[in-house]
Amino acid sequence: MYGYSGRMLIVNLTSKKTKTKAIPEVFCRKYIGGNGFGISFLYEHQKPGIDPLSPDNVLVFAVGPFCGTVIPTNAKYVVQAKSPLTGFLGKSIGSSFWSWAFRRAGYDALLIKGRAKKPTYLFIDDDIIEFRDAEELWGRDCCETDKIIRDTIGDDNVRVAAIGSAGENLVRFASIVSDHHHEDDGRTGMGAVMGSKQLKAVAVRGTKTVEVAKLDELLDLCKEYYQRIIRGSTSTVMKDLGTIGTGIEYLSNYATPIRNFQSTDASKESTHISEDIRNISTEWMQEQYVHKSIACAGCPIGCDHIDFIRAGPYKGVAYKMEYQGMYALGTNCGIWYLPAIVKAGQLCDGLGIDVISTGVVIAWAMECFEKGILTLKDTGGINLSFGNHEALMEVIPKIAHREGLGDILAEGVKRASEKIGKGSDKIAMHSKGLEFPGFDVRGLKATALSFAVSTRGADHMSAAVFGPEIRGRINRFRFEKGHNEFVVEKENNLTLYNLLMICRFSGDLWMNFYSDLAHLYALVTGIPLTTEELRTVGERVWNMEKAYNIREGWTRKDDSLPPRVFNDPIPDGDAKGSHLTREEFGLMLDDYYTARGWTRDGMPTKRKLIELGLNDVAKEMGV
Amino acid sequence: MMLQRRWVSKTHRKFVVSDSERCIGCRICEQVCSALKVGGFNPLLSCIRTVRIEPAFNISMACRLCEDPTCVKSCPRNALSKDEKTGIIKLDEAKCNGCKWCIETCEFGAIALNPVKKTIIVCDLCNGDPKCLSYCPTEALSLKTPEEISQTTRKKTIMPLVSRISE
Repeated sequence: MYGYSGRMLIVNLTSKKTKTKAIPEVFCRKYIGGNGFGISFLYEHQKPGIDPLSPDNVLVFAVGPFCGTVIPTNAKYVVQAKSPLTGFLGKSIGSSFWSWAFRRAGYDALLIKGRAKKPTYLFIDDDIIEFRDAEELWGRDCCETDKIIRDTIGDDNVRVAAIGSAGENLVRFASIVSDHHHEDDGRTGMGAVMGSKQLKAVAVRGTKTVEVAKLDELLDLCKEYYQRIIRGSTSTVMKDLGTIGTGIEYLSNYATPIRNFQSTDASKESTHISEDIRNISTEWMQEQYVHKSIACAGCPIGCDHIDFIRAGPYKGVAYKMEYQGMYALGTNCGIWYLPAIVKAGQLCDGLGIDVISTGVVIAWAMECFEKGILTLKDTGGINLSFGNHEALMEVIPKIAHREGLGDILAEGVKRASEKIGKGSDKIAMHSKGLEFPGFDVRGLKATALSFAVSTRGADHMSAAVFGPEIRGRINRFRFEKGHNEFVVEKENNLTLYNLLMICRFSGDLWMNFYSDLAHLYALVTGIPLTTEELRTVGERVWNMEKAYNIREGWTRKDDSLPPRVFNDPIPDGDAKGSHLTREEFGLMLDDYYTARGWTRDGMPTKRKLIELGLNDVAKEMGV
Repeated sequence: MMLQRRWVSKTHRKFVVSDSERCIGCRICEQVCSALKVGGFNPLLSCIRTVRIEPAFNISMACRLCEDPTCVKSCPRNALSKDEKTGIIKLDEAKCNGCKWCIETCEFGAIALNPVKKTIIVCDLCNGDPKCLSYCPTEALSLKTPEEISQTTRKKTIMPLVSRISE
């Protein structure tokens, strides 16, 4: 079989037993790969209702059929398990040389079960699987761990996906970091699941050759694709400034949340210093910092931008800068000083915690501090005022090590606000327990819906309709007729990206999304799929994720938005006054479920499931 | 006279050079090279190799066509030779037993072992038209003579001075 290794690796950490299992072609056609494999294995191998931090949780790593080829942006991989943060589907996507090494080792997926008796790391050396002692690595940060493992084995071709202190200490939004610090699996606490299994890292060395069905045609086509992508409008922005290049649009159009969603008007904020992120432009960045872009494996764009801080308290820091980091650790905490945001991002990746969740939970604590809900006594003497970047540097490690207030914040904003009480849940920005990404959804209503209905909680990557909204392709302030179908279409569309495991930033490539991908899929695998089949796979996997959540106890009330979205209209800027009413939101949900072909309660119907070929899921759900 | 002509011809030998300021470390060159040489994607079988030094230094390296190649000198079986016309390192597969001595002596790590054939792999410039160049998305790779390299360098140093004078 071309494009696929055709087998998965199952590792039991409790019994230290491993086995491989074949993945037949019919299964590949049905689920394509990546996310599709992940959810399907999770559904099959995991019992419902388990504690996410118990040995019963199953951790799945999966790659897609394009992995390790020359198709632009093919290095994505997905990690899935039941999320300790949301209690529903946990899913996190990374992008690195780890996936290439894993694919070349001859696998499409890795299932990890059980719990090791003591800290362990896994070394997958092609067909040889070793359980190695990780006592020495426990407590070390992700980058250090990566380096030590590579040095111990003595080969840079070894690729490492590791957790930091946060994962070890079961911080509910701990991440897995692969390839030094290059790209990480941030969201939904997959690092905590790894930590609960006493698994410090998964190191891989793959020496096999990835073969495709039509090599010459693929090479010719990809040469054309590289030219197209480097001239594309989105990828040009990504290449020049990375995701912050697109972020400027949100900041200047009053859609970037400021001070825990208390403002969207950046011009009103008082602190003006030379390194202020409101100055961001390619020229300014080049002038202020040594600014270099680096790429994920096989990516012609290179959206990661590294800034070398040359002066001030964070002198010497060299780290990447991204829009979500700029929002979460910057604007949302009232911090505009770029070197501090870069430093905070580096701290998060080293300790292995999700940047977005960390920023949101700290911004929440800052607002509690502002309102007197938290006092100096609660914070252990830290002045948690908005804009205090020194406090940010103190609190981040406390979260990862679960010290003092950090122990409460490590639970995520939902649990932390329930614990603190005093009305602090009214200002906790999350959906299903997952903290909000950098979009003020009160003025981006289709995005509001997509955050609410996403299978993993407030998720900006499930539909990503904020782009069309901010550019005026659809009305951002009113949820109009057809927006429901638009969200559904985008969800199915982005799901397909996550099955083929390619990056969303490859969007400039596709003239005709489904037929282009069907063609590429045929060149790689030799399997002819119709565009209609590909279209269905996205919907099938989305329904499967939904079925997983339903099995974990999901009901309509879980598709929710935080109270602030309803109670506090945007107070300033051009989007002033915009908010959602509960009635409006109820109708939006009705519309969405209708467009999905689900019941009013948001349950997939038997008819829909059978139409998608999910007969056994329908049977298990009892519909 | 003879000596001079030989020298000139040698400076016209081109080899693959990589601009570390442009290189983003994507390793597409490795993928393409292995695909063309062995029919599948495997960076370990590529004639060009990328070095990534965190956080942001990237460069790709291939055979530099040394004037006095250590690999040729070190080969105990005389399996390697330098093509007088092109400067490319030639391998006599029948003589190579995969002892890897050349891999050890090459200062640029530009030689790899083909585990299938059990012989070595070294850049052959794809008959004068290296395919990695045409795939490089940032145009970091180029095929240059030493003179062309030094020209570019000279210009790069001088240009800022020129603009300073004209101000």
